[in-house]
Amino acid sequence: MIGLLARRLLQLIPTIFLVSVIIFSLQHLLPGDPALIMAGEEKDPEVIAQIRAQYHLDQPIVLQYLYWVKGVFVGDLGESMRLKQPISELIAQKLPVTLQLASMAMVIALVIGVGMGVLSAVKKGTGWDAAANLFALWGISTPNFWLGIMMIFLFSVQLGWLPASGFVSPFENLSQSLKASIMPAFVLGNSIAGVLMRHTRGAMLQALQSDYVRTARAKGLHEPRVVLHHAMRNALTPIITLGALEFGTLLSGAVLTEQIFSIPGFGKLIVDAVLNRDYAVVQGVVLVTSAVYIVLNLLADIGYILANPRLRA
Amino acid sequence: MQKRRTALYAAALLLGSSLAAQAQSTLRIGLAEDPDILDPSLARTYVGRIVFSSICDKLFDINEKLEVIPQLALSRETSADGLSVTIKLRPGVKFHDGEPLDAEAAKYSLERHMTIQGSFRKPELASVDHVEVVDPLTVKLVLKAPFSPLIAQLTDRAGMMVSPKAAKAAGDKFGLGPVCAGPYKFVERVQQDRIVVEKFADYWNKQNVSIDRIVYRPIPDSTVRLANLKSGQLDLIERALATDIKDIQSNPKLKLATALELGYQGITINVGKGDKSKGPLGQDKRVRQAFDLAIDRAAINEVVFNGNFVPGNQWVSPANPFYQETMPVRPRDVAKAKKLLAEAGVKTPVTVDLMVPNNPETRAVSELVQGMTAEAGFDVKIRVTEFATSLNEAEQGNFQAYILRWSGRTDPDGNLYTFVKSGSPQNYSFYTNADLDKQLEESRSKDGVPTRKAIYTGITKTLLEDLPIIYLYHQRHLIVHTDKLSGYVQAPDGMIRVVGLKLAQ
Repeated sequence: MIGLLARRLLQLIPTIFLVSVIIFSLQHLLPGDPALIMAGEEKDPEVIAQIRAQYHLDQPIVLQYLYWVKGVFVGDLGESMRLKQPISELIAQKLPVTLQLASMAMVIALVIGVGMGVLSAVKKGTGWDAAANLFALWGISTPNFWLGIMMIFLFSVQLGWLPASGFVSPFENLSQSLKASIMPAFVLGNSIAGVLMRHTRGAMLQALQSDYVRTARAKGLHEPRVVLHHAMRNALTPIITLGALEFGTLLSGAVLTEQIFSIPGFGKLIVDAVLNRDYAVVQGVVLVTSAVYIVLNLLADIGYILANPRLRA
Repeated sequence: MQKRRTALYAAALLLGSSLAAQAQSTLRIGLAEDPDILDPSLARTYVGRIVFSSICDKLFDINEKLEVIPQLALSRETSADGLSVTIKLRPGVKFHDGEPLDAEAAKYSLERHMTIQGSFRKPELASVDHVEVVDPLTVKLVLKAPFSPLIAQLTDRAGMMVSPKAAKAAGDKFGLGPVCAGPYKFVERVQQDRIVVEKFADYWNKQNVSIDRIVYRPIPDSTVRLANLKSGQLDLIERALATDIKDIQSNPKLKLATALELGYQGITINVGKGDKSKGPLGQDKRVRQAFDLAIDRAAINEVVFNGNFVPGNQWVSPANPFYQETMPVRPRDVAKAKKLLAEAGVKTPVTVDLMVPNNPETRAVSELVQGMTAEAGFDVKIRVTEFATSLNEAEQGNFQAYILRWSGRTDPDGNLYTFVKSGSPQNYSFYTNADLDKQLEESRSKDGVPTRKAIYTGITKTLLEDLPIIYLYHQRHLIVHTDKLSGYVQAPDGMIRVVGLKLAQ
């Protein structure tokens, strides 16, 4: 187990290195000159030249990359060209926001998705099953921005129950914080719930038909124990895989949802950065999110082993 | 018993009044974008200027009629030869850190604008040779050459005064905590979430400031911005959509404040750079005139903007004192356009590569232009391009026509010179005309509306004939606020001025 962990952690290094090279080069393939966009409406040539020099934009790409990597090694992700703020500070500001939103969305997705998946597998062919499938289809096919705007109109404009947008830290005011993030979390969780439900249902159906479930039932075990302990545990592997992937995606920022609810998370940060060609911010954020993604995958691997002891060998 | 009850009432009353005293009024403003750095020298965005309106006062300001009025300065005097401008400062003004705003501080601020690395104010103050302190409340700007648009620059960021002490201490990080002399002082900023400012107790005009706090929140989606206003999360929003005006006006709780913008929306035509300029549109002014005549500006305004904007044909709007009334918007004339194309001897349809920055309104406008000009014999190929990319393409001359918006400047020179003067940074038409260049220089050296307007007559005539830029229309600034807010007046620069506002609880 420890060996496996160590191996996986070591694999992180080349992966992150590759990711960094890819983001850096892809970004420079983008048409559009950061100095030109930074130079404001006036575009004074002197100002443009000065910006190029200050951010090494006038140097070869390889050198620019080395400047950046040199910084990353000493923990300096650079400075935002647009905001003149250190990128590590920006990430520290946004990460908790995105983390809270992603966790809430994930909890909603798991409760709804896994719950309904199990229910529809157990009650296969009944009205419950049909209803759960319908819900899943709705969740997968409803665009987030549409659902978001509709929810704002219903719960904020018409009923006045929830704030239409914004973010409040849970350390500042917990109930306000939950109120502000419940709608975006639901919008995000809703679409993932549909996918999770479909996968849970499939895995559960398979497990419920297997021999060990028949044996368990033959032993006279209670049905809930058969379903939750015997069948569910085996069905968990695909759910863990999918859950980790979806959670990773959520952590890299939910661009549209953040935009609609004006939540200051990674999504908004990265969109603003791309549109303004604020290269260093894009690089920093992508680096951090890809590291998080890789770590989550690692955690998923550990999760499999915990859920299914046969994989420990 | 009676005594006890009285005491209880008294206690309750006391509690009530102290609670009332604590209740702060907060004005919540929804912005269309997240501002860039809040340093008057290093800032470059329009939305940033909106936030500066509450933090940093300027030497001068403009009013609804576009007249220059005093703010931190009391008066100005230009010398007879136009080579120096003497500015008298308002006495007793303090910066947010308590430092006095005197001539030394004004000199420091202006010099900082002119010299700090990366300053966007440097080109705006390029006409200034140096600044002299005359007495503790008077500064003199010595110019390299007479330059009439200078005062207009001082009504914007170049006229913002910063505390020398704070600016020296913070260097290029000053924008993370700006210290100026405006009605509100900076409290905090969370990127992409909020900017908070609070009332400055020692403001020179404090009797007209009644709201305690202002929170600026960037909400990019205009529908969501309006929804926030309707649901009571915001008190005022900027840049509402023209298509939402009916909805806004039918809501008794909302008030709409509008002003015609200083800028314009137009089609820039590449007449001088690269292969793309070699086609008939770039080479023959008759083809451009035909293109212009094929466009029905009034119809664009009706279809895309519900008739709320103003069709235009010059670099200033018809409401501007510098507009040439003798050269009004020509009505659409397809027959004449066809005739011009025939005279030019070009093979129709003339294909035009039209680059369009990606947003719903400009896309709709470009589609109308495509349909209208098709009737005259043009085949417009619309190329929707992300904004930053489009700038790069423009710089390289990689377009035939480009829909481009200019937010506008107080002085008409700011809408004209850099766009049509040979070799200027924003001359994306790559238009050159030595005669026009001379007239442009002359217009800058003369003062007074009638004198300058007379020079502009010739310039307008040339431009309407050569058409390096086909001006289409002028937008209205659409600001919406709740009926709880009173005293709001919209100026043509689109800024949200907060002095004089009152917010009912």
